[in-house]
Amino acid sequence: MARAVTTQRKALNTLIAWIIGLLIFFPILWIAILSFHSEGDAIKRPLEVLTSQWTFESYATVQERSNYFRHFWNSVIISVGSTVLGLLIAVPSAWAMAFVPGRRTKDVLMWMLSTKMLPPVGVLLPIYLICQKLGVLDTRIALVFILMMINLPIIIWMLYTYFREIPGEILEAARMDGASLRNEVIYVLLPMAVPGIASTLLLNIILAWNEAFWTLTLTAAKAAPLTAFIASYSSPEGLFYAKLSAASIMAIAPILIMGWFSQKQLVRGLTFGAVK
Amino acid sequence: MGRITLDKVTKAFGDVEVIPPLDLTIDDGEFVVFVGPSGCGKSTLLRLIAGLEDVTSGEIRIDKQPATHLPPAKRGLAMVFQSYALYPHMSVRKNIAFPMKMAGISEAEQKRKIEDAARVLNLTDYLDRRPGQLSGGQRQRVAIGRAIVREPAAFLFDEPLSNLDAALRVGMRLEISELHERLKTTMIYVTHDQVEAMTMADKIVVLRKGVIEQVGSPLELYTAPRNTFVASFIGSPKMNLIEGAEAAKHDAKTIGIRPEHLAASSTEGEWKGTVMVSEHLGSDTFLHVTETGLAETMTVRVGGEFSVRHGDTVFLTPDMTKVHRFDAAGLRIA
Repeated sequence: MARAVTTQRKALNTLIAWIIGLLIFFPILWIAILSFHSEGDAIKRPLEVLTSQWTFESYATVQERSNYFRHFWNSVIISVGSTVLGLLIAVPSAWAMAFVPGRRTKDVLMWMLSTKMLPPVGVLLPIYLICQKLGVLDTRIALVFILMMINLPIIIWMLYTYFREIPGEILEAARMDGASLRNEVIYVLLPMAVPGIASTLLLNIILAWNEAFWTLTLTAAKAAPLTAFIASYSSPEGLFYAKLSAASIMAIAPILIMGWFSQKQLVRGLTFGAVK
Repeated sequence: MGRITLDKVTKAFGDVEVIPPLDLTIDDGEFVVFVGPSGCGKSTLLRLIAGLEDVTSGEIRIDKQPATHLPPAKRGLAMVFQSYALYPHMSVRKNIAFPMKMAGISEAEQKRKIEDAARVLNLTDYLDRRPGQLSGGQRQRVAIGRAIVREPAAFLFDEPLSNLDAALRVGMRLEISELHERLKTTMIYVTHDQVEAMTMADKIVVLRKGVIEQVGSPLELYTAPRNTFVASFIGSPKMNLIEGAEAAKHDAKTIGIRPEHLAASSTEGEWKGTVMVSEHLGSDTFLHVTETGLAETMTVRVGGEFSVRHGDTVFLTPDMTKVHRFDAAGLRIA
């Protein structure tokens, strides 16, 4: 028998869910609201803010004072570049660990994960000095490389998990059908792992897009991505709520839109019905 | 041509030797079945021939060419897996075309061969579907289609029917036998089901713990099992094995008599026992008889009309010409 749920109870659950949802969403909502007001109105009391004049003024000022598109473009290159480079390294690594596991495979996986436990600030000085010596401070190539290395353990772990779900017999069938290792990966493994690869790609672009520690410390002007763009509106000139809010919304909007549109891709399963 | 020779082949996983030195020759065009209980090494042996596992030592030759160190793709063999192992993201047509695409066969030739295979296997209407949209039997036929178009030196089947229901299994068994008749290509078939082995094979290889217990035609194995293991493994229901005084009368450590070589009567006979269970199949009745003083239970095959119940007394008489004798080591005494 199905569990009997009364209408009142359902309504109560819905209400609680909405309250929790709004609480989590509220900071972003408030930033969005503030961004559409003038600097003077933004520091008023909350109710007064809502009733005061709505304006695009902050967005205009932000765009005037700094080059949003340059930061945006840097963010795109750094996040997409580091993720794609990471995938190129992670696919063979994950293939090896998922389908030809050795006695130490589990240890290698744990070791890779352990690098994520290191506080980044602990290696800040050596990495900063290396970048300085190599003359790559404030370059996009340095950030692509560093963010790739920071996220590589996660990329490999995710791909490893997805690959493990692909039955080994299918790859053996490809081998029997005369496929070389390269063809086995290109025609069989990768197409079957598309949902997994897509979600890995998406998650890592988001992680790299939001990464603030390294992007702030290793850039000055040329390679600065959107994180630096937001930061430039915080402390130095005092607090400008409206402009800071406008900058934040401009920084997070692209990644929010991308996440929204790729939801479907993340949940699509392809392997169903392959075995049995 | 597909003559396959195994010469002192061994396989060890770490320190565990799963196949001690083993010699076997499979002639061109033969239908060979590897049969044995689970864990006997039959699938490992097949995978060694396929090249999916590396041999630890010894040599494999296919058509007299050394193949021991060739990758699976270069051996010219095709394999049908228990799980079918179809490519789920490709249509049936593309699944069947895949080995030809890998071999660089022209599109026109591919198309012709796909259509031939589809006609033979009744898949013409399903060519544009995905494997996920097919039934178990259809998927198995696609897997066979994918194997046929390669025109391999030999087909390898790894328990291909285990995932099918009983009725479909009988149908597919016939289809595979027919296919062998038509193609005359060497086939190596692995199963734990001795009925499949008996009905399909030209030659059966009985394996236990990686060791070949006997090689022979189904009838040879049935009429002259080399030892007690083969005797009890081949034939359904199992052969009755009797030790002790009754065996000593025949100068043997163990004697064996098949259920179909025992006559039952409710009035008189050589051995007396009590019916524990009688299984009526319509055409036949199998009696499981206890308290005979010979073995724990004796199985007897009688006519469908023979009617006894639990607890009834029954007399059994063996056909003396059909008694198998085995020595202390379990080997057949000729």
